[in-house]
Amino acid sequence: MRSFVFVALAVAWRGVHNAFTNPAILLPSLLFPLFFFTAFAGGLSRVSDVPGFDYPAGYTAFQFVFVFLQSAAFGGVFTGFAIARDFESGFARRLLLAAPRRTGIVAGYALVALVRWAATASVVTVVALLAGMDVLGDPAELAALVVLGLLVNVAAVLWAAGVAMRFRTLQAGPLMQVPVFLTLFLAPVYVPLALLDGWIHAIATVNPATFLLEAGRGLVAGEPVEVAAAFAVAFAAVALFTVWALRGLKSAESAG
Amino acid sequence: MTRPLLLQVGHLARRSVLRTLRQPLNVVPSFVFPLILLAVNVGGLDTAARIPGFPTDSYLDFALAFTFMQGALFATTNAGTDLARDIQTGFLNRLSLTPMRSAALLLGQLAGVVVLALIQATLYLTVGLLAGVRPESGVVGVFLIVFLGVLIALAFGAIGAFLALRTGSGEAIQALFPLFFVFLFMSSMNLPRNLIEIEWFRTVATINPVSYLIEGIRSLIITGWDAQALALGFGLAVGIGAVAVAAASVALRGRLARS
Repeated sequence: MRSFVFVALAVAWRGVHNAFTNPAILLPSLLFPLFFFTAFAGGLSRVSDVPGFDYPAGYTAFQFVFVFLQSAAFGGVFTGFAIARDFESGFARRLLLAAPRRTGIVAGYALVALVRWAATASVVTVVALLAGMDVLGDPAELAALVVLGLLVNVAAVLWAAGVAMRFRTLQAGPLMQVPVFLTLFLAPVYVPLALLDGWIHAIATVNPATFLLEAGRGLVAGEPVEVAAAFAVAFAAVALFTVWALRGLKSAESAG
Repeated sequence: MTRPLLLQVGHLARRSVLRTLRQPLNVVPSFVFPLILLAVNVGGLDTAARIPGFPTDSYLDFALAFTFMQGALFATTNAGTDLARDIQTGFLNRLSLTPMRSAALLLGQLAGVVVLALIQATLYLTVGLLAGVRPESGVVGVFLIVFLGVLIALAFGAIGAFLALRTGSGEAIQALFPLFFVFLFMSSMNLPRNLIEIEWFRTVATINPVSYLIEGIRSLIITGWDAQALALGFGLAVGIGAVAVAAASVALRGRLARS
């Protein structure tokens, strides 16, 4: 166990140091969520005038939850890029040789993703509050939203790590990114589920990301809905992608 | 244009077109991604057409114009990345030792953009028509939509070429992609400008030329023949293209002088 923690902390320290001392890595992960928040909350606020749109905390909070969870997911994916880069540079192979407990490597990268997302989420939240976001949830509900974000972040980094360790090249970037992007955008992004029609309503109804969004929005509005389902989805995703990432690690070990 | 110049442009245009079409990893996303985003946005924002004052009953009619802008964005990165690769591999240096004229290089390079843009515009429009879009401007308007789409892609492609010649780095071009995306999103792509509630956002969308490029195409789909929207759309596309080509020519001269 000690060697697992030692490896995880060492990988985490290096990853966090790299991320926070290299603006080319840090800035996109900070700016992308802000940009989406601005474009959606700023440009689409009239959508809240659509008949049937009755989210009590207002459109800024409605979009904040999406961007908050999106930044968690993409924080994980961006860390997957770092893993692929480590394989391309040969660092990861040396790491595999040197680490006494290789599963600690996956845990270390997950810690990197968490620290990176903590910074992004803080910035997004401050900007949303400065933009006049109404928060109607109590501290416990907001804490639940943060935990939900943490689980999404961990699930995303485990997914991306699994891809990165199987392909070991940055060219697999779209494979990490596109499924996450599609899963998020095929949920009720702009309006509540009830206002979606046709094929997108059918997909959004069964899309696991819908539970996360609906629960997150309910928590911010102080009217929790689907919270148990959202946590079940998040924990299931973490469990599933842990297996995926560890099998990816095995694949990288086999490749030598 | 003199005959030797035409011949040079022809050779480089052929190379550019073949190179563009032989890279499915560059070409396919520029076809598929705008259509996916169109489907997602139309699905998610269909109810926005119920906002009082929205100019059409169908959000698909409103949103189709945006796909052309996204296609143009891909043209920027494709043209820029290809030219940057020519610089990085030394092709441009070798070319500078031949009697090839710099204008031919630029025009030939942009030919690949035009071919890709033509295929993109036809595809987007066909998908739109199959999904039920009926342009108010009729058959002539359909051709004009394709023409304006290609013109916009050409203008953006010239920007990509300029950036490639300035930086000489494909990575730098890729890194600029998000910046162009900001221009796209901070426009009237999702809602008409008069329905954007947040004042500063409306101001940004109003001074953003991308809004007028989108509105030029959109007017042909949902309004019919709107002289002002068309003049602004075509005027800006030609203006941006002319400035970008001129800037790229200067950058090319500078780069050839250094090599």
